[in-house]
Amino acid sequence: MSGGPINADVGGPAQPLLTVRGLVKHFPLKGKRIDGSPAVVRAVDGVDFTVHKGETLGVVGESGCGKSTTARLLMRLIEPGAGEVIFDGRTVGSRDLPLKEFRRQVQMVFQDSYSSLNPRLTIEDSVAFGPQVHGVPRRESVERARDLLVRVGLEPRRFAERYPHELSGGQRQRVNIARALALQPRLVILDEAVSALDKSVEAQVLNLLLDLKDAFGLTYIFISHDLHVVRYVSDRVMVMYLGQIAELGPGSALFDAPRHPYTQALLASMPTMDPDRRTEEAPLAGDPPNPINPPSGCRFHTRCAAAEPVCAQRVPTLSDSALAHSVSCLMHEPGSGHTRAVAMSAAVSA
Amino acid sequence: MQVVVDASKIPAPVFERSPGYWSSVLKRFSRDKVAMTAAVVVLLLLLMAMFAPWLTPADPYKSSMLSRLKPIGTDGFPLGTDELGRDMMSRLMIGARLSLFMGIVPVLMAFVIGSSLGILAGYAGGVVNTVIMRTIDVFYAFPSVLLAIALSGALGAGIFNALLSLTIVFIPPLARVAEAVTTQVRNRDFVEAARASGADAFTIVRVHVLGNVLGPIFVYATSLIAVSMILASGLSFLGLGVKPPEPEWGLMLNTLRTAIYTQPWIAALPGLMIFITSISFNMLSDGLRSAMDVKQ
Repeated sequence: MSGGPINADVGGPAQPLLTVRGLVKHFPLKGKRIDGSPAVVRAVDGVDFTVHKGETLGVVGESGCGKSTTARLLMRLIEPGAGEVIFDGRTVGSRDLPLKEFRRQVQMVFQDSYSSLNPRLTIEDSVAFGPQVHGVPRRESVERARDLLVRVGLEPRRFAERYPHELSGGQRQRVNIARALALQPRLVILDEAVSALDKSVEAQVLNLLLDLKDAFGLTYIFISHDLHVVRYVSDRVMVMYLGQIAELGPGSALFDAPRHPYTQALLASMPTMDPDRRTEEAPLAGDPPNPINPPSGCRFHTRCAAAEPVCAQRVPTLSDSALAHSVSCLMHEPGSGHTRAVAMSAAVSA
Repeated sequence: MQVVVDASKIPAPVFERSPGYWSSVLKRFSRDKVAMTAAVVVLLLLLMAMFAPWLTPADPYKSSMLSRLKPIGTDGFPLGTDELGRDMMSRLMIGARLSLFMGIVPVLMAFVIGSSLGILAGYAGGVVNTVIMRTIDVFYAFPSVLLAIALSGALGAGIFNALLSLTIVFIPPLARVAEAVTTQVRNRDFVEAARASGADAFTIVRVHVLGNVLGPIFVYATSLIAVSMILASGLSFLGLGVKPPEPEWGLMLNTLRTAIYTQPWIAALPGLMIFITSISFNMLSDGLRSAMDVKQ
């Protein structure tokens, strides 16, 4: 496959592929709150992160924490309320990088493999649709589609002219991956792309994704609620809670030494094969609070074991994003007023 | 790559091109006996209407005072004669032309306009949807018969005006169905994926929406043909549609109503034709619906 010159690297390997600054999405609700201000769901509430070239950024969190909304915001499938997305040095939607060109470079694989394929189109037509939108002649795009079907492990002679309902879930998800790759993107957002598959099929598709990443030099944003899978594929991991980032760091550091109490609780909830590590009680009680009316201060303080009065008043900031391992918790902010803050920060700097 | 090798190792026959959606619909439809019967009846009616001028045993316009209201089975008049002594069989056959025309054409026009409006409203959403659908709701406030009569009355009698008023009557229900189906399809992930690939709205509607919504709208439209025929007959009955001496089933029902006590069977014949035609169209659309309703 020829790499299109349009999708060439612009800023060199050191420049982040994607920089997200202050991304916000509030969905308006009908009616008003008691104080008269309009009621909104704070689905994504001020998110900053970067994605480096060639890495896999895992995104984890409970249902409703804003993972999928973040993905859709990045693709501009929904309009952000505020914030900017910079792709390889160029602001998305600006004159430098119009939306259509951006969408050629960033593609997405959805969770529901069935719903994300048009039931009336053959597999090859579904895959060839994207290139045709971008002006590739039909014949050439069908050829490219067939090449990609081979790459994702589907024999074109058997599958190219079949319809989605004739395929299994795993096969359909392979088609979706081929479809995403048909535009020769640089960044692929995988929104729970393997979550709906059987464990054995999930493993095959995961390995396929890793192979394709090497073969095409891709960068992944891998969204999942499955911590084992995220640990397996991710270079860095971002933990989200109620529309904000709780912790962001290299996969190994984050999984071996989580700093945010929420991350610690999440990791403790991972099922384990080791009987000695078995957890007797749930590490976290209850559901996340309502994002319509999130808790004051640190959003996690209502469920946090280490919460103190200061946590309800002071909003923690994500400690400098340039740091390899950053965390949004008052215990890790020197002088925040949390009793464990100083000791912890001393321990970190030591 | 390991996975590619795995997939090719699976022993499986090489498949021919798999049947498309429509050919599988056709296959299921042909297994449905009731629907197939209805389809044959509809086809015969259409053929009869098409070739009526060559098939009629007598002149449908020629009246005769001597042979008024002859019973069914009279020599030379297999289905008897009407109140002016015209051959009923010929009139019923010629009448099929106008009746079917009045049944199909308004629905066809309303299908084009209503689907366009509905798909536009469904895909665009937001303000566009509100404006279109609320306007359509205004028409919904009137019962369809009343609306047809009011429109025809306002426009004046005549075939063209009857067609126009029936078209207007059928636009709201078709637009509403189109809007509902489109809204459903629009929220499927493949439309999102198409947007994510940078396609503009027109291309998405053409490639991804139309194929998924036209089927259900079409099925609904076929069920309206029967309604349209009955409404058109009603308009003719009230003197707002076809004018005498043109044979049309509704109009014939009207003019024969005085004979209901002397020749009830003859008076009922146009009604029977309307009944057969409308029930066939209904069965046909039911069959289509179930043939198309598969887990795709």
